[in-house]
Amino acid sequence: MKRFPVGLLALLLVLPGCTKRGNVNPSLSSKVYGAQIVQVSGDKQAAGVGSKLADPVVVQVNGADGSALAGALVSFQGDGLVLIPTEALSDAGGQVSVSVQLGGIPGSYQLVADTPKPGGGSTTINVREMALGYQEKVGKEVSYKYCTTCHDPESTPERVSNLDNLAPPLPHQFTDGNTLNNMSDADLIKIIADGGPALGKSPQTPAYRSTLTQAQIKAVVAYIRAIADPPYQPPATKR
Amino acid sequence: MSLGNQFGRVWRFFVGTAPRRFASVSVLLAIVSAIAPTKDFFSEWRHYQKEYLHLIRTRPDAGRLQRRFESGIHQIWIPEQRVVDRCTTCHVALQEASLGDVRKEPFRPHPAMPHSLTEFGCVVCHHGQGAATTVQEAHYSTKAWEQPILPARYLESSCGQCHMDALEGTPQLNLGRRLLARYGCAHCHAITQPDGTLVAPVDEPPSLEHVAEKTTREWIFAWTKNPQAYAASATMPNYRFSDQEAADIASFLVAQSTPSDNSARELPKSVASLPGSDTVQESTSLYGTLFCASCHAIQNAAGNLVGGEMAPELTRAGNKVNPDWLRRWLRAPQGYDPKTRMPRYRFDEKQITLLASFLLSKKDDDLLANVHLPASDAQSIARGKKLVSDYGCVACHRINGVKQPESFAPDLSRIGSKPLFQVGFLRGMPETLPDYIAGKIHDPRAFGPALKMPNFSLTDGQIEALTTALLAQTDRAVTMPPELVRSSPHPKYHPGGDAGRLMEDLRCQSCHAINGNGGDMAPDLTFEGSAVNRAWLLDFLKNPNTLRPALIRRMPKFNLSEAETKNLSDYMLSAYEASGFDSQALDLSTLNSDAAARGKQLFYSKYACQACHIADYKKDKGYVGPALAGVGDRLTPVWMYRWLKNPNALLPGTPMPNFNLSDDEARDLTAFLTTLKEHKKRGGK
Repeated sequence: MKRFPVGLLALLLVLPGCTKRGNVNPSLSSKVYGAQIVQVSGDKQAAGVGSKLADPVVVQVNGADGSALAGALVSFQGDGLVLIPTEALSDAGGQVSVSVQLGGIPGSYQLVADTPKPGGGSTTINVREMALGYQEKVGKEVSYKYCTTCHDPESTPERVSNLDNLAPPLPHQFTDGNTLNNMSDADLIKIIADGGPALGKSPQTPAYRSTLTQAQIKAVVAYIRAIADPPYQPPATKR
Repeated sequence: MSLGNQFGRVWRFFVGTAPRRFASVSVLLAIVSAIAPTKDFFSEWRHYQKEYLHLIRTRPDAGRLQRRFESGIHQIWIPEQRVVDRCTTCHVALQEASLGDVRKEPFRPHPAMPHSLTEFGCVVCHHGQGAATTVQEAHYSTKAWEQPILPARYLESSCGQCHMDALEGTPQLNLGRRLLARYGCAHCHAITQPDGTLVAPVDEPPSLEHVAEKTTREWIFAWTKNPQAYAASATMPNYRFSDQEAADIASFLVAQSTPSDNSARELPKSVASLPGSDTVQESTSLYGTLFCASCHAIQNAAGNLVGGEMAPELTRAGNKVNPDWLRRWLRAPQGYDPKTRMPRYRFDEKQITLLASFLLSKKDDDLLANVHLPASDAQSIARGKKLVSDYGCVACHRINGVKQPESFAPDLSRIGSKPLFQVGFLRGMPETLPDYIAGKIHDPRAFGPALKMPNFSLTDGQIEALTTALLAQTDRAVTMPPELVRSSPHPKYHPGGDAGRLMEDLRCQSCHAINGNGGDMAPDLTFEGSAVNRAWLLDFLKNPNTLRPALIRRMPKFNLSEAETKNLSDYMLSAYEASGFDSQALDLSTLNSDAAARGKQLFYSKYACQACHIADYKKDKGYVGPALAGVGDRLTPVWMYRWLKNPNALLPGTPMPNFNLSDDEARDLTAFLTTLKEHKKRGGK
């Protein structure tokens, strides 16, 4: 008589623990397998360290015939990134979107999206995002004020691009890693400080030596390095 | 019984005889004195230091790194900042730039930063417990210490503890501070900043003292229910009032309304306008050519807002305003609201009729279609008055018969150091201060249905920025030594005399800054008197044309009279002068044709000025700086010369670089620029 309520009580205490554990890690499963996963939008965004990217990363799962595949399992992972959700099933358009919070250290982050293939194994895609530290943030502000009007072909309501108004040779976009990665820090600093003619280039790039501080110029270079595409490899680690 | 017996045996074994007593005490002493060294030997930091030495052994500069490494506990002590930081005990390589490729913590070097480690330590920026030597105690909050590490996303808040001015490296903090002022947070909350000043709101919520003249009870109801349904860009928050509450508030606001100065003005006869599509086209183009969109936005067919955000959105203005009120307002805005930022344009009756017809056509028939309010009665008005006073509406709006509440909402001056035990967290939310502040801004009523703080429609990024700005309000910031607080003075400046009244009437400072006071939409006028020629200024004020081809926001035409133009020009030319602009600065006789020819060479070849400026509309296309065709009419030679020598000295923060020109080069360029005249403008339209 006396044992029964005690046992019941024990059971009641144990049960919530069980259900809770079940809820913590809901694992999705799917019987739909994609042949290919592609990036739709949200790659190569740059934001301050630790902050959430303005736009989610969207990927799409395609079947063997190349058409969008609904209900396929996609999982996301990335060192140092906070990803919500970490796995999801693709929607009617074959797409999955994930919100990304960057890590606390400046630099590049890789987001890997992964979907299982029909015969085992999986197919993946890498998405690169950039976290800007203090120096890169300064560089971004400085370049928005002094540089992007000519170096960025895109116009915004606040800033109309001046690139089309220039005479050739035209300026390079700061993301143009194929060109700018081949220039040393010293050369970039020189061209900003002393203008295009200092390196035998166009005088349309003015000299900023008397306008910007050395720290600001270095910050612009750091920003250019941070957003370079393909990514910039500093010479020390190249070897 | 048996337990006592056993204890007695043990007792006798250890302390039964004198030698046994001595041995026991010795062993005990040895154990006790070994505790500290043992703990020390197995400590976390020693483990990290060993791992670091192992890590650097294989580096190319191992020898140098080893020489620079010191074992033991490291400490940064800065008494005046109350900093005792031992973080460098584990974070051993913060200053070793050569380890830039190392990814493993705690061995990474610190990324580039504006301050030195020895000057400020670690916790001033990163928070946490500096004196601790274990990860758990240093990084996380404990019972004895509530200050955990500040997440990287809010790191800029730490800069805000000393820096009051917008820094280049803190875009998020700057945005947060702008939002604090823009969204009217400071109307209800007092926020004393590190320099001792209060956050001053920059939004100007309208006075409601004469609101019945302007709009209807139905519109007030709909707006009160959901401001964003009327205007997507509205900053008025949603208070989630019930239908009954909103109707009561609308009843009260209409009942308290008194006639404005404008209501006494006789309404001029409306100019008979052409019916049909011509009027529509004419009124739309007038709205464009008057540059109303410099300040007001209207949603286009695609749903995008087009126009400025200084003044209210007009997408559905036709649903709101009384046509007679609108015509009086367009005539004299200050007669309705003396504090409005809208200038008094000298519109003629035809312009007023056209503008009114344009604005009244901007409506959405669905907005008020289902609003049917019962007749207002005394009880409803009384309930409305109580709601208005309970919810602190007068913290923002002027309303007849309701007093401004005192300390209506909590003071937020030290919110960044609010003790966690005072915080009521929501179930399931991470129990940290940043999460609490962000959660509170995101959905205040989730913390209690009776709370008054309304729901602001903010994006995640805006909430992150606001949280950053509020986290800067720490105890440390309040007690920061004054010599460390960096802020610029905010002088008050109002132009005086007749011209001053005219400038007030035209609300020049809504857009232009003068002596550090005013808006930033249009050029700073502090030294305008030294910069421009009188003839040009007279012409420009009569018929402002843009100097910057790429600008969408432009100076509107005020239809000034001859006398007003002259009065304004004379005042600006004499009052807004820079020092050192006498004839000594430049010998005008040297500006001859030879110099101009050399200057032209410099302009087009050496300095490629045409990349940014247009000297000749036929061949130049530069869109960055103002057009220089006609600059010889506009600017004085001395100004040009001084500007070319050092633009930043005349206008701090200008994007025009300082080319470090020699005196001769600056003179030659000036000579060239003075030849750029636009003769056709004079006498023409």
